[in-house]
Amino acid sequence: MYNKQTAGGKMLATKSLPKVHIGKIVCYALMITLLFISMVPLLWVVRTAFIPQELTLDLTAVSLPVLDNFKRVLQAAPFGKYYGNTLFIVIGVLVIQFVLVTLAGYAFARIDFYGSKALFVLFLSQMMIAPEVLILPNYTLMAKWGLTDTKIGIMLPFFASAMGTLIVRQTIKTIPYELEEAAKVDGASLPQIIWKVYVPLLKPAYISFGMISASFQWNNFLWPLVMTDSVEKRPLSLGLAMFAMSYETGAQWSDVSAATVLVCAPLLILFVVLQKQFIESFMHSGIK
Amino acid sequence: MNISQIMTKKVCPAGREVTYREAVKKEIRNKWRRTLTAWLLLLPSLVFLTIFTIYPILKSFINSLYIDNLSVMEPVFAGLSNYVTVFQDKVFWECFFNNLLVAAVTVPLSIALAVIMALFANSIKKGKALVRLGFTYPTFIPLVAAANIWMFIYTPIYGLLGYINPEWRLLADSDTAIWALIVMLIWKQAGYIMLFYVAGLHGISRELFEAAKIDGAGAVKVFTSITWPMLKPTTIYVLIIALTNAYKMVDHLYIMTKGGPGNATNMLLFYIYQTGFDYWDTGKASAMTVILVVLLLAVTSVSFFRQDKKAYYND
Repeated sequence: MYNKQTAGGKMLATKSLPKVHIGKIVCYALMITLLFISMVPLLWVVRTAFIPQELTLDLTAVSLPVLDNFKRVLQAAPFGKYYGNTLFIVIGVLVIQFVLVTLAGYAFARIDFYGSKALFVLFLSQMMIAPEVLILPNYTLMAKWGLTDTKIGIMLPFFASAMGTLIVRQTIKTIPYELEEAAKVDGASLPQIIWKVYVPLLKPAYISFGMISASFQWNNFLWPLVMTDSVEKRPLSLGLAMFAMSYETGAQWSDVSAATVLVCAPLLILFVVLQKQFIESFMHSGIK
Repeated sequence: MNISQIMTKKVCPAGREVTYREAVKKEIRNKWRRTLTAWLLLLPSLVFLTIFTIYPILKSFINSLYIDNLSVMEPVFAGLSNYVTVFQDKVFWECFFNNLLVAAVTVPLSIALAVIMALFANSIKKGKALVRLGFTYPTFIPLVAAANIWMFIYTPIYGLLGYINPEWRLLADSDTAIWALIVMLIWKQAGYIMLFYVAGLHGISRELFEAAKIDGAGAVKVFTSITWPMLKPTTIYVLIIALTNAYKMVDHLYIMTKGGPGNATNMLLFYIYQTGFDYWDTGKASAMTVILVVLLLAVTSVSFFRQDKKAYYND
């Protein structure tokens, strides 16, 4: 990374310049190889999804992209329903998380109170353990409450988020306290201060945490697997796994690839669209 | 201003003891009022944390003391016998060592790759977006979907690697299967970790690098004496995420190996799932849940508290 800086140093003799260039070229070549390796799985699955089924196993085959594989997948399994379920879960969890992490993050960032350290450690423990490790006791609890095979049951364990609280707390700490004081002088109450002063300034925190949380819920698998019995309640990740499991041989790779692309596409597109904002938010939201 | 500050400041001369005491009293009263506000703000989160994190841990511990499987009608108290069963279970130890291996390999390699990728993404002028996308996109792919894709890569003969050597049966061989999965896990999470380092690098003051440049420091020197030390808080944070991920990422097993061949790729969390939901042995699965919780707490609290508590609480 700093090759450029040393090379630019006027003190370096011209003799050493070619050496730096070679280093730079090797470095670039390595990184481009790495980038290519990282991209291969995506290129491979997209190619298999869009190529006619009979050409799947012919690596050198070239064809215009076709949508036949997608048509077959949509006929074979209710992916529309799965989409609806996943969207419901992702958005529902996000809305409640945003409210909860804002309140908790504010308390940890701005209030000096009894028990703050103990509670903070309690929050951190959720980050260390995470609800997915506790599938068995949480499942037993849901069964007792009659919430198995419901979307609300899938969502409940994720409403409180230690990571989100931490991100909001760090971001609030970077906001000048004077803003809050000015609002107080104007007679604003605490809810008003949080809503009018902090919430607008927490946008980077919401974007970065929102993206992390949405992808977590979108990808979550083991918990919905134990929670759902019926096809109607399945989220996308589970639907995809069930679909893939029903094909074992290479002959249906095109279908499984199409289904995989269907499941991955929305988040990937969202990430491509938001990537600049997402990465900038990541930089400014105190996740460091 | 808190109480101790008022005390040490000695704002009141000797003759005005009363006012001083009143000030302390008022501050205590204020702090109680603030405490009430803070707890109210935290209450909703606390309710969910208690029900779905704290209570399940305690419940697992209690359940782990009972024999509760298909051989008994009602749970029977059995002391620590579930733990004895677990520790005598060869499969448990296989999973345990697989977990250790996965953590010991994926964590340092993912972090090293992430740092290199972040430095590269930061240093280039053109194609920044493409580089970031190319490295980070696996983060946003569900692990089950990633498992599907990597099945197409690893499947003998027809898979992508089959074009290189049709003889490779990486997932079917108990020596290579876990390594094949480790490669996939690194691919999956290195980009995520890179995001944290991109953010961390952004936080390092430009002046430090400029000063180093004036001093004529080389790239390696700059990295070892400025970049890496300045990234320490990021590294601690990332270490926790990567370590816990090493124990939590098991979804791919469902698609790729089911923990096999034998139990060569099985992991604790997946074994808990199998024991609890396939064999319905709640007692044993609870004991293993407790063990996993203790393991996670031990592993993460070492990095959290031994290193630099300040980075977390006081900034």
